[in-house]
Amino acid sequence: MTAADAMTAPIPSFDDDDEEDGGRKLVMICSKGSLDMAYPGLVLANAALGEGIETHLFFTFWGFDIINKKTMSALKFTPVGNPATHMPQMLMGLPGMTSFATHMMKKQMDGLDIPEVPEFLDLIHGAGGHLWACRMSADMMHLSEDDLYDGVEGIISATDFMEISAGAQTIFI
Amino acid sequence: MPVVTIHEREVHLDEEGFLTDPSEWDEQLAHELAANIGLELTPRHLEVIAFARADAAENGETPTLRRMTAVGEFPTKELFQLFPKKPAKKLSYVAGLQKPVGCV
Repeated sequence: MTAADAMTAPIPSFDDDDEEDGGRKLVMICSKGSLDMAYPGLVLANAALGEGIETHLFFTFWGFDIINKKTMSALKFTPVGNPATHMPQMLMGLPGMTSFATHMMKKQMDGLDIPEVPEFLDLIHGAGGHLWACRMSADMMHLSEDDLYDGVEGIISATDFMEISAGAQTIFI
Repeated sequence: MPVVTIHEREVHLDEEGFLTDPSEWDEQLAHELAANIGLELTPRHLEVIAFARADAAENGETPTLRRMTAVGEFPTKELFQLFPKKPAKKLSYVAGLQKPVGCV
């Protein structure tokens, strides 16, 4: 029962000194607008932020649906062309199948307490994650910042993206 | 699994230094653990810790950051201010809990 005993207590290394972790930076390019493809980027971004990693999400093309206020709450999952659903592909294109599959997937996610897309964006934004939208996609879809989730920091060009992603680990989804 | 004495009391830790038995925790220990990782606890820290401990006791697992925000109603931003950079891990450490296992 001496001070020396207390000294032996291991202290977790949180490696949160910028010099120690090399100022790790993660960039994810979110290019898909289906429900199942929105989540990988959101889950990883949230995890990275929780580990103190500087995180940027760049939304481009179909990925715009994730940050478009009109569509972000209503992303869909389709089993068409996805053999991993292990369902007969001929039936997957039937009317109503996408709604049904989306409903089932959302139910499953809700059961696992996985947040819906807008809440997930709130989490990421609140955790200091950076959200960017692609200039070319915005022009093609005739969207401005007003149409996008409020936490989006800006609509940026491919060149701006190069500057932001300098030195980062970049993942294309 | 190391057993160490802090403030003349035995506590059980895992390899990394997280408490393995939350019942061995008290506020004095929290201040001690916080100091180990360069934090000084304010009353607000203690509020967050109290919720995390109560939630863990009820559910048998450490709340994730999302749960701290969704159920505990502590804004994510504030959690990052109180426990900089790795809020979930730092909070668990100071609260005498294991690291959260959930993905979100």
